[in-house]
Amino acid sequence: MRSSAPISTPAAALPGLYVHVPFCRTKCIYCDFYSVTRPGEEDAWLTSLGQEIALYKDRFSRIDSLYIGGGTPTCLDERRMAALFQRLHEHFRFSANAEITIEANPDDINGQTAAALKSLGINRLSLGIQSFDDGELAFLRRRHTAAGAENALAAAIGAGFSNIGIDLMYGLPGQTQDTWLATLERALSFNPAHLSCYQLTPEGETPLNRMVRTGRILLPDEEEAADLFLLTSRFLEAHGFTHYEVSNFAASRRLFCRHNLKYWNHVDYLGLGPAAHSFDGTGRWWNYRSLERYCKALKRGMRPVEGEEVLSPEQRELERLYLGLRTRRGVRLPDLREGLQPVVRELKRAGLVTIRAGRLCPSRRGYLVADSLPVLLSPY
Amino acid sequence: MKQIRNFSIIAHIDHGKSTLADRLIQYAHLVDDRQFRDQILDNMDIERERGITIKSQTICLPYTSSEGVDFDLNLIDTPGHVDFSYEVSRALASCEGVLLLIDASQGVEAQTLANLYAAMEHNLVIIPVINKIDLLSADIEKVKHEIDHDLGLDPDEAVLCSAKEGIGIQDILKAVVTRIPPPSGSIEKPLSALIFDARYDSFRGTIVTCRIFDGAVAPGDTIRLMSTGSMYKVEEVGIYHLTREPQKELTAGMVGYLISGIKTVSDTRIGDTITLDTNPVDKPLAGFKEVKPVVFSSIYPVASDDYQSLLEALEKYKLNDASLTYQKDSSAALGQGFRCGFLGLLHLEIVQERLEREFDQSIVMTMPSVQYRFYLTDGTTLTVDNPQYYPDPATLQKGEEPFIRASILIPERYVGGVMKLCLERRGVNSHLSYPTPGRVEITFDMPLAEVVFDFYDRLKSISQGYGSFDYEITDYRESDLIKLDILVNGEKVDALSVIIHKDRARERAVKICDRLEEEIPRHQFKIAIQGAIGGKIIARSTISAFRKDVTAKCYGGDITRKRKLLEKQKKGKKRMKQVGAVMIPQSAFMAALRTTDEE
Repeated sequence: MRSSAPISTPAAALPGLYVHVPFCRTKCIYCDFYSVTRPGEEDAWLTSLGQEIALYKDRFSRIDSLYIGGGTPTCLDERRMAALFQRLHEHFRFSANAEITIEANPDDINGQTAAALKSLGINRLSLGIQSFDDGELAFLRRRHTAAGAENALAAAIGAGFSNIGIDLMYGLPGQTQDTWLATLERALSFNPAHLSCYQLTPEGETPLNRMVRTGRILLPDEEEAADLFLLTSRFLEAHGFTHYEVSNFAASRRLFCRHNLKYWNHVDYLGLGPAAHSFDGTGRWWNYRSLERYCKALKRGMRPVEGEEVLSPEQRELERLYLGLRTRRGVRLPDLREGLQPVVRELKRAGLVTIRAGRLCPSRRGYLVADSLPVLLSPY
Repeated sequence: MKQIRNFSIIAHIDHGKSTLADRLIQYAHLVDDRQFRDQILDNMDIERERGITIKSQTICLPYTSSEGVDFDLNLIDTPGHVDFSYEVSRALASCEGVLLLIDASQGVEAQTLANLYAAMEHNLVIIPVINKIDLLSADIEKVKHEIDHDLGLDPDEAVLCSAKEGIGIQDILKAVVTRIPPPSGSIEKPLSALIFDARYDSFRGTIVTCRIFDGAVAPGDTIRLMSTGSMYKVEEVGIYHLTREPQKELTAGMVGYLISGIKTVSDTRIGDTITLDTNPVDKPLAGFKEVKPVVFSSIYPVASDDYQSLLEALEKYKLNDASLTYQKDSSAALGQGFRCGFLGLLHLEIVQERLEREFDQSIVMTMPSVQYRFYLTDGTTLTVDNPQYYPDPATLQKGEEPFIRASILIPERYVGGVMKLCLERRGVNSHLSYPTPGRVEITFDMPLAEVVFDFYDRLKSISQGYGSFDYEITDYRESDLIKLDILVNGEKVDALSVIIHKDRARERAVKICDRLEEEIPRHQFKIAIQGAIGGKIIARSTISAFRKDVTAKCYGGDITRKRKLLEKQKKGKKRMKQVGAVMIPQSAFMAALRTTDEE
């Protein structure tokens, strides 16, 4: 069993590396991430990626986490996947026990593909299962079935993956607390190292959002959603998982997702590929949300950056509160001038936060209102 | 020597006063048709919106009669609301006649009558003018009948016109010249001039508008303001055309302006008499009153950082409004602010709107309060207009509140509704009389506190606009007065405290709690709103907590977008006031303060 490095404080942490694979075979109704479904552009993307790497490799030379996301990373065939990894290893120095994650669609995982991925050094597999109910999967427009998901899990385990994460969705129309619990039970039967449980959320211009806006489907209201969330948290913690971030559960501290923690702990990360985001400690930048513009810019030797910002101390502090209060570890107690003391008192009284070792930590119910806490706790 | 006529236009709202004034200006060729601008005399947005004139502006119209005689027709504009009745009366005192304007389609209405009475009190010649004869709905015969019946004037004397279409304007000017007498008064007598307006000009200082009754005044003279005895050297005198025109002197019968190094309008008093230091008049002109504030409220900046800006705005505002008083005040809930005195509720609302609109201030105002008197067991007497200083009930022997004699004029059919309203407002000692058939005058003794808050609007609503209302403060009477406090999650919101009669407390408390429940947004925890007298809770409402607002995903791409949203929310927070852990938006204060008992 590979061990992940213990969670390190931001000061000592190495940066993470994210690669966005903007290809999908079909689009799921809820997904707002950038991807294209037309084939044939993988090589262009790979080439451009290489050009982008050249622009940053000196700034981010040493890394200890790699996360391949998308789109559907497992859309890439073995050859191209190998080429990608070759390029990455060529220009970045991975630490000895770097966490290397790839997001995978269950319909792309069989014995052979799993072995291939393992051979590339990937030590963490995140399976986008979403549900073990065929009806729900069809609604979401996923390409696999419940049986397919189970086969994929078996194949992954068979190939030797010990750090497997399962993505699941709740709050689906027609879903009840019982059917959701059943999905959770089935997931748990595979002893996953990690679970991400997301409430189905209508976003942007997705088909899901259109369905909601036109009233074709009904999603759970605030009360139902809150109940589902708490149910999930209690259930999984009763089964030994740590609810370490609003939507993320791990079987042990060692199995917290190192890469994602960088987002929440204000650690640097470099995002490669179209639509990818980066953070270098003082500022953020994000790439074009268009494969075409991404490649064009790089062809001209320019950073494919659509927008950038340098963070002021106030913005950093606001981010710190926002990101930290979504995690179990919480935030170092903010400067509680007079105005904030009654606020913290009231939040404690309502059971939404606790103070542990000089840190303000959200409770389970505090997670539910985490997004409103940063402003409430901001100095005037 | 030019002949002079001093007159004013009085009318019910929207009967066309401003349009007629514009026409008169146009006919006097003070402005050519290209320059002609609508509503020249009404130059404030708020006035336009509310359809009322607040500040009077006087203008001198040159006119030559058909016989070739030159006249100076001084048109004195008057505000029309009961809050400003003193200013109206001083403007009328400066005239010899009035044009009583009546809308041909609406006929005689409440203010027509009220204004007529005011004019009659000053023994002015009244010229009825029927306006808007161009309208299809105009019924001139009916209006003439009302002039006879309701007003007791000769309908044959009515002049017909359409200010909008420019019909009958010449007839009006002729009537002014022939029917309104020239001013009497002698240039030989000592100077006696009535101040009926004062305005601040950033270049010249305070500009006083006055009517010269006797004597003359010229630059270089030393004048004395008789109410204060203060003296000033005259820099300039003149008359008002569209702009000020300096003159050699102002003499008996004239209306004009005076500039003499007076720093602020507060140094002048409306109704005061100006005389010469070297040859003063024996007695000041009749009718002078010290205007005293009657309604009090505290003003706070929404963002505490804006305190200095609010102070400067008030200083600027006061340059043109002598009747606004203010002094420093503070509140646990709202921070540093100002305790202000107003002539009435309309005055308060106008000040609030102008501060927000013209002076760009974001403010919260506390409950309006009158001045109460409390007699303590140790023999001392306290005058209190701020609930914060309500005395400890243990030391309280007796409380008194100011009473008024209210007179309300309404058509007979509304008597029932108006009686009910006044009784609800603790009115006593009522008296009915019938000045003309079909109309009733009701007088009541009522607490001023019941009238400053929303009474006029309720009256208008019950009488469908026909009710007119005037009052006079008479005396202080004993009253069972308590202090109502509002608590939010156990913390007193001092800005919402109010001194109120015991019998009215519960109703008010319930209404305020309900309003706050509507206006305060949900928080992450439950919020309890309570109305209390001392330690006793007499009303309550609860706002439940919201349970969920968190978004599922927070990865690299989400952070900037979410943070921007949070920054926006943080900005919004600045416009809220924190009471304990609860953020109360400005709108909640406004809503609570506007709560009426009948809603």
